[in-house]
Amino acid sequence: MTILPVPLSTLQPGEKSKVIQLDVKGLLRRRILDLGIVPGTVLTCIGKAPAGDPIAYLVRDTVIALRSEDASLIYIDSAAR
Amino acid sequence: MELKIGDRSNALKDHGRVMREHFGIRTTGEQYVIALAGNPNVGKSTVFNALTGLHQHTGNWPGKTVDNAQGTYTYRNKSFLLVDLPGTYSLLAHSVEEEIARDFICFGHPDATIVVLDATSLERNLNLALQVMEISSKVIVCVNLIDEARKKKLSINFIELQKELGVPIVPTAARNGEGLQELQNAVYTMAVEKKKTRPKQVVYSEEVERAICTLLPKLEKLDLARVVNPKWLALRLLDSDISFIETIGRYAATQNQKIVAMPQQGSKITL
Repeated sequence: MTILPVPLSTLQPGEKSKVIQLDVKGLLRRRILDLGIVPGTVLTCIGKAPAGDPIAYLVRDTVIALRSEDASLIYIDSAAR
Repeated sequence: MELKIGDRSNALKDHGRVMREHFGIRTTGEQYVIALAGNPNVGKSTVFNALTGLHQHTGNWPGKTVDNAQGTYTYRNKSFLLVDLPGTYSLLAHSVEEEIARDFICFGHPDATIVVLDATSLERNLNLALQVMEISSKVIVCVNLIDEARKKKLSINFIELQKELGVPIVPTAARNGEGLQELQNAVYTMAVEKKKTRPKQVVYSEEVERAICTLLPKLEKLDLARVVNPKWLALRLLDSDISFIETIGRYAATQNQKIVAMPQQGSKITL
């Protein structure tokens, strides 16, 4: 089965997937890595703000909110949902 | 410049004093400086308050709008000055808080750094511990909130964790005073008895390690390398971490006559 990377922002509340790749650059990349989001990390989408932005994710037992603009630069495995 | 070459240990002590004052920290005579680092919301301040009680004062870090709390406690007739660093997830991402924490661990000459971790989310918390262990070998890991972990039915193998990390690990529940005696004891052993640790070092990809090896011989000659792990300095240079390089420059300038350009081998930072 081939892995198809899709942006994290497409993950719907309740769905779960694995990070494949980070296209985030610079300081934000560092920050995201520090929060424990690295390739292989399992993320669960737990809710969206009324306007769809920001989005809350469960990462390593911690809830983290990301802007959808930033979440769209993190790629997840579409098959693993 | 009045320092003689044979005067290095005194010079280092003096350097420590000067640097601490730069951070707004004054020690009296035989006082050991202990830094307290940790992620936000791990009970760092609870540990701080439990150890120092009312013997503390708060203010700001010089020139920064970030709170700075310092407190003292006495253990086995030795006085310890505890410095509560801002809560951070990392030491590399350049928020003001992170820079303060990083600079203090690098240049503030703490006699020990306690990294407080949340026992209920160790995986995320260990990132900071590893980063601090890359800078300094004088690290004590305090796994706090073990009462919470017990409630969540988590069991942690502290002996294995200590073996894995190579630094002393102390489980605490600062809220109930659990483990504080052991923590003070670990601090005493490290700061007063100067017991050495062998913190586990992160191994990077072959390419990065090769680049570090090229830089190391030059960095090791710097006096700074006696304070800050040269491998970590090499990594920051490779990272082209401008803010940190500027900081080194600034500290080198305040110290210039005293330590960075000490007569030994004419070593000098030129960045």
